[in-house]
Amino acid sequence: MKVCDIIEKLNLKVIGGEEGLQNEVTGGYTSDLLSDVMGNVDEGQIWITLQTHRNVMAVASLKEVAAVIIVKDLEADENTISQSNDEGIPLLSSSMEAYELSGELYQLLKG
Amino acid sequence: MEFSYEVEGGNFAKAGNAASGVKKVLKQLNVDPKVIKRIVVALYEGEVNVVAHAYKGKVLVDIDTSRIYIRIEDEGPGIPDIDLAMQVGYSTASAMVREMGFGAGMGLPNMKRNADAIEISSKVGEGTVVELTTKLTS
Repeated sequence: MKVCDIIEKLNLKVIGGEEGLQNEVTGGYTSDLLSDVMGNVDEGQIWITLQTHRNVMAVASLKEVAAVIIVKDLEADENTISQSNDEGIPLLSSSMEAYELSGELYQLLKG
Repeated sequence: MEFSYEVEGGNFAKAGNAASGVKKVLKQLNVDPKVIKRIVVALYEGEVNVVAHAYKGKVLVDIDTSRIYIRIEDEGPGIPDIDLAMQVGYSTASAMVREMGFGAGMGLPNMKRNADAIEISSKVGEGTVVELTTKLTS
């Protein structure tokens, strides 16, 4: 499944990194600890977090995640959005909480 | 091949510059992506440690055909008890750093896990040197 399909099915907003909307998604990882994500997220996964600062995109880029989803409609920092555009990694937002969103994404990718 | 990066204490915006640069070079050298990921994870954690704890630091990278050697040296408070600092969950990071999702006490353990060899030496009140060596061929 591609990032753009997930955006449509889970009603996500695209905040940045549109270049990567065709990225293939292999799974997901939910965490707000950057070191935990650094150590455990896999390439091609969608990373779900409440963190909004720029280092999120640094980690996302180094680990080559498919996309980042910020939960609870939290607003990403300006430089987070610009780095998402520079890296071409989609930065998405959802009104759902991490629990709910992770469950929905899990169902979608399992199905 | 040798190159270096400056790291500023407190400047999280630039954390990851060295890791990102090294990643590009290793990709050009056609190093196995799995090996690149390990190296980049270890280096990123090292950069974040300097940004979170030290006044300033430097990353020196030396790549040859068989291995990468990375030396992360900083001017900072130093680590009084390295064994304690290596324990998962132990951290002296500030509240601000923790709010950003760093400072969970996973940095040094992550570095150890993602390098073939790690050497840490530190002088309290002066600074810390972390040396990472990883083979480029599996």
